[in-house]
Amino acid sequence: MSALVIRDLSVRLKKGPPLLRRVPLDLAAGEVRGLVGESGAGKSMIGKAVLGILPPSVEITGGEILLEGTDLLRLPPKERRRRIGATCALIPQDPLTALNPSHRIGPQITDRLVDILGWTRPAADARARELLAEVQIADPDRVLRSYPHELSGGMRQRILIASAFAAEPRLIVADEPTTALDVTVQKQILRLIAGMQARHGTAILFVTHDLGVVSKVCQRLSVLYSGMVVEDSTVADFFAAPRHPYSAALLAATPKYTDPAAGLNPVPDAVIDAVRAEVAAFDRGAPHG
Amino acid sequence: MLDGRSQVRRRAGLRLWLSAGWLGALALAALLAPWIAPKDPLAQDLFLGRLPPVWMAGSEPGYWLGTDSLGRDVLSRILHGARVALLVALVAGTITCLIGATLGLLAGFLRGWVDMVISRLIDIWMAFPPVLFSILLIAVLGPGLMSIIIAIVVIDWTRFARVVRAEAMAQGAMDYVASARVAGRGRLGTMVREVLPNVLPTIVVLLTLEMGIAVIVEAILSFVNLSISTDDPTWGGMISEGRTSIHQAWWVLVFPLVTLFLTVLSFSQLGEGLKDRFDPVLR
Amino acid sequence: MADLYQIQDLRLSLADMTAKPLLGAAPKIEILKGLSFTIPKGSAVGIVGGSGSGKSTLGRALVRLLEPSGGTIRFDGADITHLSDAALRPLRRRFQMIFQDPMSSLNPRHRVGTIIAEPLRLHGFTDIPTRVTRALDQVGLPQAFAMRFPHELSGGQRQRVGIARAIALEPDFILADEIVSGLDVSSQAQVLNLLERLVRDLGLTLAFISHDLSVIRRLCQQTIVLHQGRIVENRPTPDLFADPLADYTQELLSAIPLPDPAQPWG
Repeated sequence: MSALVIRDLSVRLKKGPPLLRRVPLDLAAGEVRGLVGESGAGKSMIGKAVLGILPPSVEITGGEILLEGTDLLRLPPKERRRRIGATCALIPQDPLTALNPSHRIGPQITDRLVDILGWTRPAADARARELLAEVQIADPDRVLRSYPHELSGGMRQRILIASAFAAEPRLIVADEPTTALDVTVQKQILRLIAGMQARHGTAILFVTHDLGVVSKVCQRLSVLYSGMVVEDSTVADFFAAPRHPYSAALLAATPKYTDPAAGLNPVPDAVIDAVRAEVAAFDRGAPHG
Repeated sequence: MLDGRSQVRRRAGLRLWLSAGWLGALALAALLAPWIAPKDPLAQDLFLGRLPPVWMAGSEPGYWLGTDSLGRDVLSRILHGARVALLVALVAGTITCLIGATLGLLAGFLRGWVDMVISRLIDIWMAFPPVLFSILLIAVLGPGLMSIIIAIVVIDWTRFARVVRAEAMAQGAMDYVASARVAGRGRLGTMVREVLPNVLPTIVVLLTLEMGIAVIVEAILSFVNLSISTDDPTWGGMISEGRTSIHQAWWVLVFPLVTLFLTVLSFSQLGEGLKDRFDPVLR
Repeated sequence: MADLYQIQDLRLSLADMTAKPLLGAAPKIEILKGLSFTIPKGSAVGIVGGSGSGKSTLGRALVRLLEPSGGTIRFDGADITHLSDAALRPLRRRFQMIFQDPMSSLNPRHRVGTIIAEPLRLHGFTDIPTRVTRALDQVGLPQAFAMRFPHELSGGQRQRVGIARAIALEPDFILADEIVSGLDVSSQAQVLNLLERLVRDLGLTLAFISHDLSVIRRLCQQTIVLHQGRIVENRPTPDLFADPLADYTQELLSAIPLPDPAQPWG
């Protein structure tokens, strides 16, 4: 069964241009799907729409977001919040701003279990300790008592991952979770996410601009240009032979140190013109919002 | 590393303790004024007019800081004046803070139409010249302690609202706010639990500054005779009366002025000190 | 080929303000711990390392925004290690810097033309409009961009303005500090291609600082790997990629996720 099905999701700036154009997306339970595109392509907008955290300047103009079969957009706001809180979690991009500087680490993991999901305090505490051990934090008790600023960037990202998995969500949105990290730390964190994902069987929407990262952690990917999905493939098919000229150009622009000529090639203007024309034709084909 | 942090804290601590010490002593003096004041602050004795402080020639024992032109004891009047000053600071400061910070927090965090309404209100409010506005208000409400407090609250809430709104907006953009929303916390719950603690250090600094401002405003209104009844001793009233006899009796002006200065300074330093001490990022 | 830069046992300490006692000076932390290398004229050298490796500090020492606490820096034969600001001023034109964040390094209130012209004026150049025109041309921006403001440009275009401002002064050396790390892959590739062409056509010498080894592969003939303030490897780029010697270089290389599911990466 699908953890998440999105049909024709359209989002735009209030009284402004569209940001997502009738986006389709299917995420099987326990699957990791990469959302790829250049900045402004709308890749993190999809995750935000699913989690109900779109900025106030943006509105959903149409479509369905089916979370385990229920359309979130048809639920009353309270019920939607409750359902998202119970089944979804976010791993945000910037470990510096993702933890509340005023609270200790322990409560930041446990309070939501206690306050919102109704766990008992001792059960939540035990769970937090268990999770920190699972993300390979050596000294969980000290870390749980620390404030965020006392910990390194890599350590904070581990805590965010632990916290995301705390309530055994069915779906996690990972929004560029390793962009702010050194490559060596990035590798550890990606392996950690992949390991946790496999053990817990969680479906992940993995937003990233890095096709290298996609090839390591995802099974499927969607390539976006200007809010339109131009390609939806399995990772194996995509890296063997991308179908859309734009996604092929994006792959050729990604650095590849083993074969320098195959990487770091700018996307040709002709490809950009073609995909822009395609977006315009798509808009004409069926207006949305 | 750890040594460095404790050093920074100690420096902040000194500032905190000096200012808290002065304000504490003042508060105690205000509370106990009827018992510790050496004289009756209202008792006039024209034979004892313009006595200098005790360490100068021509002074009388018992009148530590001298007397004014009506023979009233300056020290006793400063002590009694502290009651009015601190009462206004505490009450006006707190109410201003509660109203302004709440509106600022709501506007900055909820955005949308709430922000629009509150921001417009702030803009319009700030277009009034504050001194004129307060004199007008008192003219309508009639002089008295209550009127001063209302005037301060009505004029100064925008100070809190503006700063807290900007700060709440910045905090609202942080990922931990998004995480809390995903987890299922309501809007107001997120505001109180996630945003408020991070805006609190700013609010504390503003609150103490506001208390200092309230003391000054009260003094100014006393100075222009719009405060409480002219019989009750206030620092502003004393400064106003002392001004007329500055050449014959400087102490009537200078001692209340110095007290006022130290008090306002202490309030602002208390705020900075508290912020250094309780901001978890600095701690 | 002569060396433009000769660096001997370069050391640099910065004050650790977090550990500053109430009275007296803050203790020093040694960021650069004795670096020796040369940069040949007309070459592009990559400087790579993780956060805290000292790569940005090294860059800032090369253009003497920071004063070394030990060792020597020779620029074109002259010792510039401890030159005063006044003595450095005539040299400043010859080594230019391009910054990581073009949004904060370009004054948002000035038009692109003014941004490029301002340093030219400071260094007493004549026929400034011609030079601005030429610089825009060299970085592939249309002339109309001279009238635009930085916020009207894309990230890649802004970075080009930064490059135009630097090359307009006809420098011998350009330091590029993480200039492509905030850009999309396509703009990244365009900026790197541009730099590659400028180095070749203008005979520039380039030091390219990056945390990402894979962007250095194309551009730089020589690569210096920094780790915790020391050089762990300094070799011609193809050799370094073919057969990394230092453990840390191997770790860095193997951590790069190639866009290839077949890469062994576990």
